Amino acid sequence: MDLFIHQVLAGLATGAIYACMALAVVMIYQAIDHFNFAQGEMAMFSTFIAWQLMEWGFPYWAAFFLTIAISFAAGVAIERSIFRPLHNAPVMSHVVLFIAIFVIINSFAGFIWDFNIKSFPTPFGTRPVLGQGLLSAHDAGMIAVVLILLLLLFVFFRYTRVGLSMRAAAANPESAQLVGVRVSWMLALGWGMAAAVGAVAGMMIAPVVFLEPNMMLSILLYGFAGAVVGGLTSPLGAVIGGFSVGVIENLAGTFIPYIGREMKLSIALALIVAVLMVKPSGLLGRKIVSRV
Amino acid sequence: MTALLTAKGVSAFYGQTQVLYDLEFNMAEGGITTLLGANGAGKTSTLRALSGMLRTHGEIRFNGQPITGKATEDIARLGIAHVPEGRGTFVRLTVEENLQLGAISRGNRKEIADDVERVFNYFPQLRVRYYQQAGTLSGGEQQMLAIGRALMLRPKLMLLDEPSFGLAPRIVQELFGILRTLNRQEKVSMFLVEQNASLALDLADHAYLLETGRVVMAGDAKEIREDEGIRRSYLGY
Repeated sequence: MDLFIHQVLAGLATGAIYACMALAVVMIYQAIDHFNFAQGEMAMFSTFIAWQLMEWGFPYWAAFFLTIAISFAAGVAIERSIFRPLHNAPVMSHVVLFIAIFVIINSFAGFIWDFNIKSFPTPFGTRPVLGQGLLSAHDAGMIAVVLILLLLLFVFFRYTRVGLSMRAAAANPESAQLVGVRVSWMLALGWGMAAAVGAVAGMMIAPVVFLEPNMMLSILLYGFAGAVVGGLTSPLGAVIGGFSVGVIENLAGTFIPYIGREMKLSIALALIVAVLMVKPSGLLGRKIVSRV
Repeated sequence: MTALLTAKGVSAFYGQTQVLYDLEFNMAEGGITTLLGANGAGKTSTLRALSGMLRTHGEIRFNGQPITGKATEDIARLGIAHVPEGRGTFVRLTVEENLQLGAISRGNRKEIADDVERVFNYFPQLRVRYYQQAGTLSGGEQQMLAIGRALMLRPKLMLLDEPSFGLAPRIVQELFGILRTLNRQEKVSMFLVEQNASLALDLADHAYLLETGRVVMAGDAKEIREDEGIRRSYLGY
């Protein structure tokens, strides 16, 4: 029983990482209605920017918020400069662009900051909060940040007019234009916000996995898994999904024989497949029902 | 009466394909104008051209101001509410959110709340469904929601694309009655596209007939109704 509780707690700690990334995934999905495969790399690059700022002597929180602002602007810029001109292109062209951005950002980060791993500071400290090495202060802080982010996004989408406009623009762009929503700016805003959330995710994750250009590769997959499990249209679902993936992965790794560390990633992918088969809209995703 | 909207020499294109040829029409302020025509005559395209959703040449003026080439959202913000073909419901959002979206270009929250009440007065059914997901509404309710959403813009002109489509005759009667009331009480001018010519000519005071992208006949709704050719081709008796 003790082992079980330990593994759940450890799972929650890694789950917080996935939940962070899943939030960013849902954010962009809300805005553009599909995945952005370059999301992880954008978050990684943001984290490098934060690292660079701190190298230049900025205190942690100054670097933190400055990075968020820079990432937001960069997200808007990417949409305006690259995706806006191809607005009417088929989805496949967008997918190719996502992959291109993925590779470009990845090599660019390596070019500027090289591929050696760097340590990234945590603002919360590393002393244990619960038991020995189960839940560190950083883990607890990360969970808190995820929950705050979730609350902010929930309030934004549910109670603000801009949030409503964004949802409308994603769901039905033509109708949104007809009521006067500036759809193309909503897309840019969505990109900016997704980049900002990604930056937070990156800065929370980096102290755990260390900073290097490939840090997000597997984490993005887990983020996708979390988002799919929770339902792509629901920030709350994404967070619950992210935590579930972390806990399930950990429990399976401990209690099911033959699934060691090597097979953990397969579990995330198996989860995606299972959820898509049983409940395609995810745990909390809204099912699209329509009558005529 | 002064002209609210005038179109002169309007042509429109889907890519390279021209679908409207040299259209000319006027809409009187406070009136209901209908655009008749068979399938593929260019009725929906005409509405889309007015809303800036098609590549359009020529001159369209709304309240004296040229709107050709303007962005769709800017045209909407001038007070042209377009209820598109298929109603354009935000199916995943609630009825409340759909109505709020109709007023998204306006700032005054008090006025918006009043307008929601106004919409309820015309369409009491929407009050019952207020917190429900819009996609779960029946066809008639969705059409009412679409018109309610358009009203939330406080439009000067409503563009209605086949509001009777797919609805039971009784619902259609009710809906057209409400449109007439809206026109009188809210002073909303209307541009109505309909397949159901008889219904449209009853409601409208002015009519245009479209054939393969060209205006082939224009006049008073009553006169058009009496016309031998129209009666045989479009009214079916």
